[in-house]
Amino acid sequence: MNGGSPGEIVHFDNVGLRYGADREVLSDVSFTLFPGSFYFLTGASGAGKTSLLKLLYLAQRPSRGMIRMFGTDAITLPRDRLPGFRRRLGVVFQDFRLVQHLSAFDNVALPLRVAGVPERDLTKPVTDMLEWVGLTERMHARPAQLSGGEQQRVAIARAVIGRPELLVADEPTGNVDPDMAIKLLRLFEALNRLGTTVVVATHDVHLLKKVPDSLIMRLDKGRLSDPTGALRYPPRPRPVQG
Amino acid sequence: MALKLPPVTGGSLVRGLRSLSGLDQAELVPQTRLAGPMPWVIAIMVALTVIAAAAGLAASNVARNASDALSGGVTVQIVEADPIVRLRQAEAAAQRLNALPGIDAATVVSQEEVERLIEPWLGGLAIDGQQIPVPAIVDVRLRKEVSGERLGALRRIVREVAPGARVDAQSTWLKPVFGAIDSLRLLALALVGLLAGALAAVVLLAVRNALGTNRDTIEIVHLLGGTDQQIARVFQRSVGYDAAGGGAIGLTAGLVAVLALGQQFAGLGAGLISGGALGWIDWLLIALVPVAGVGLAMLTARWTVLRALRRML
Repeated sequence: MNGGSPGEIVHFDNVGLRYGADREVLSDVSFTLFPGSFYFLTGASGAGKTSLLKLLYLAQRPSRGMIRMFGTDAITLPRDRLPGFRRRLGVVFQDFRLVQHLSAFDNVALPLRVAGVPERDLTKPVTDMLEWVGLTERMHARPAQLSGGEQQRVAIARAVIGRPELLVADEPTGNVDPDMAIKLLRLFEALNRLGTTVVVATHDVHLLKKVPDSLIMRLDKGRLSDPTGALRYPPRPRPVQG
Repeated sequence: MALKLPPVTGGSLVRGLRSLSGLDQAELVPQTRLAGPMPWVIAIMVALTVIAAAAGLAASNVARNASDALSGGVTVQIVEADPIVRLRQAEAAAQRLNALPGIDAATVVSQEEVERLIEPWLGGLAIDGQQIPVPAIVDVRLRKEVSGERLGALRRIVREVAPGARVDAQSTWLKPVFGAIDSLRLLALALVGLLAGALAAVVLLAVRNALGTNRDTIEIVHLLGGTDQQIARVFQRSVGYDAAGGGAIGLTAGLVAVLALGQQFAGLGAGLISGGALGWIDWLLIALVPVAGVGLAMLTARWTVLRALRRML
């Protein structure tokens, strides 16, 4: 099914998710993500944040309900069309999920290589991106040689190098000190200024106030609440650059 | 770090589904060329296939050459106790046969030649013409293959001048030998088929193992928008390199074995065996064994990966 509101990136309608025969980890989740917005997804550990993000980055299909992404029904999307949709997403995994035998450079270059960007066109954007996250000196290091914060920044650089329309980050500040957490948040904010819709899952309530005009989605035992009304109305437009 | 905008990758990033040309530069799957067991197993398979193929081709050559030599041959045996009558009947039969259309030549085999041929079985003394009556033999060469009808006609004509003559197609004597050679050819073919199956099985197991080991990497590439075809190509190429290395080693080992066996058989000096010498087309076919092995290994790898990936989201 194609269509949906022209002002939406993602729309969930009564989505439920259960693993096997267990109870639902997500129940009756309904929301809409609007272009160029910055969302925080909060909730206690085990509230279902990672499960919701997995649905968002198409790593999981829901048990029930409807999901529309970029105007297309994502549930009935054939497998061979999934890669095209995934290339419009950027994902920062909670555990980074860097390819261990590749250097920082090659990890960041991976989305471009997957998209078929020729090698000659690849060096500059990757080195620029590594410079942006402050890792120029470490570009040849492998993940095992990098600190937690450095790996996190490589993961972020990899997620944003393709200028995704939707960036999903799962606890991106969970493994770094408070100063680094603020710096990483600034990276997401900068990307958001270029028009990318950002969803950051975090249980760190202090971060929520650090991004002006951000919207909060709260998960509690698999159910979504809407403290700011973010899920009902399109947000106030944020300045977009680039 | 100030709130600096990220660098713009611009329009260079195509969001369509293009081929994974760039992954040629960075290997997604860690390569262990010629370090793991697979190339060596492939080398053994290819060596055995080369030997089996060479044996099958040699057997085919033996059968073809022998068949060519015997297909137009007929032997007339004049069984007559009186040596003078025997010789006269043989000469008359040869004369009658030479006058017929479709006969290349009908020649009476000399007594010395007959004695020489049967000496290994009966010994020199025993075949002294005075002690054992040996039939006179007329060797007949026809322009075409001998049919049953033609053989019957020849038999009638010969018996007009030599009533006790036996007329046989030479190929019937070697029928059991041809049967055995056919069995050998089938055995060689079956061996090549079995080895191909075993090679495919080895590749399948190795690729499944590699898929399990690299599952995390594959998931990441999938989530970054990598297609099944792109991932399959990475494994296919990796297996292709291993198979090419193993194939080259296997071909060398197989050729050494075939040449050594060839030397041994050449030393026998037997007419039938020498007909099994390999021609240049045979050597070309043998050289194609590792090429076919690489192709089979790559196809199997591709099929295995695509089948496994279909079960992932």
